Amino acid sequence: MTFTLFRSFLKIGAFTFGGGYAMIPIIEHEVIDRRAWIDRADFLDLLTLAQSAPGPIALNTAVFVGYKVHGFRGALASIAGVVIPSFTVILLVALLFADIRHNPWVDAAFRGMRPAVVALIVAPVLSLSRGMHRALYGVIVAAALAVWGLGWSPIYVLAAAAACGIAWEMFLAKKLRR
Amino acid sequence: MIFWQLFVSYLKIGFFGFGGGYAMLSLIQNEVVVQHAWMTNSEFADIVAVSQITPGPIAINSATYVGYTVGSQAGSAWWGVLGAVVATAAVCLPALTLMLLITRFFLRLKHNRIVEGAMLGMRPVVIGMIASAALLLIFPHNAAADERNFIDAWSWLLFGGVLVGQWRRVNPILLIVLSAAAGILIYRIF
Repeated sequence: MTFTLFRSFLKIGAFTFGGGYAMIPIIEHEVIDRRAWIDRADFLDLLTLAQSAPGPIALNTAVFVGYKVHGFRGALASIAGVVIPSFTVILLVALLFADIRHNPWVDAAFRGMRPAVVALIVAPVLSLSRGMHRALYGVIVAAALAVWGLGWSPIYVLAAAAACGIAWEMFLAKKLRR
Repeated sequence: MIFWQLFVSYLKIGFFGFGGGYAMLSLIQNEVVVQHAWMTNSEFADIVAVSQITPGPIAINSATYVGYTVGSQAGSAWWGVLGAVVATAAVCLPALTLMLLITRFFLRLKHNRIVEGAMLGMRPVVIGMIASAALLLIFPHNAAADERNFIDAWSWLLFGGVLVGQWRRVNPILLIVLSAAAGILIYRIF
């Protein structure tokens, strides 16, 4: 099991270009559809935790899945899997291909991949918000505009949202149920 | 000692880098360029550019690259490799410890009302943040012409194609490989 985790996250690490968010569909495919390590319903919770902890989302996600599947050793195996492709490629670039950036073939490939990566980030926005309560769509849009448009720090927006959620659960939800 | 400084710097980056990816850039830049002067601003921009064409999170990429550069400047290429290992391990350590605690705590207290409330509030916000990352990639605040993600009609066509592929549940790794091949065909061969 440890080795399967390692191999899965090796794949996820090797094909994540353009930052942690682009790995969401790859994780979805590998961890939910293929291995069924995590329920689709729990996936958003996993992303929420990965986002609210410090550090790269890719690593946090690997730790969560690894730990849930196989405890501490699982977490270690998946984090190693995510890191090794990135580490190896960067080291090779630094040692041997310092001018890879100016290679016209690489440049052309990446001109094709960049819009694809954006699509990989847009797709989970659509799939994750499906089935949410209508009122929450407003929150999604407001959060997107606050972070993208106003440049607010994600961590403050998250903290405020957590506080509102707790207040809702502790005080309002009870009253409304009555 | 150079390795110790690398370790502490990247430990800090791992600990305080909230929001992932590009949100961490300014923090990394502050440590690497401003605090320690390990490299100039333009060298740092090169690392960011290299990170965009290599797999993996940018925090890891920069840790490996900076660790290698700093180590090899201080000694041989082997020092560089050691520096890369030290910086990369340091940036992983906070995730490994903190996220492990959070995961254990969450799996145990999933049904606690405070935890439930916090998750209830944060879930839509996290979706909004992913959306904001996408918006930033489509409408960058200030990007040089050669760093834009959408350069012509082909870009939008590929974007639409991958979106449809996602919807039809095509393996995303296949979609990435195909779009790279399409890029070579469109921009290099024809």
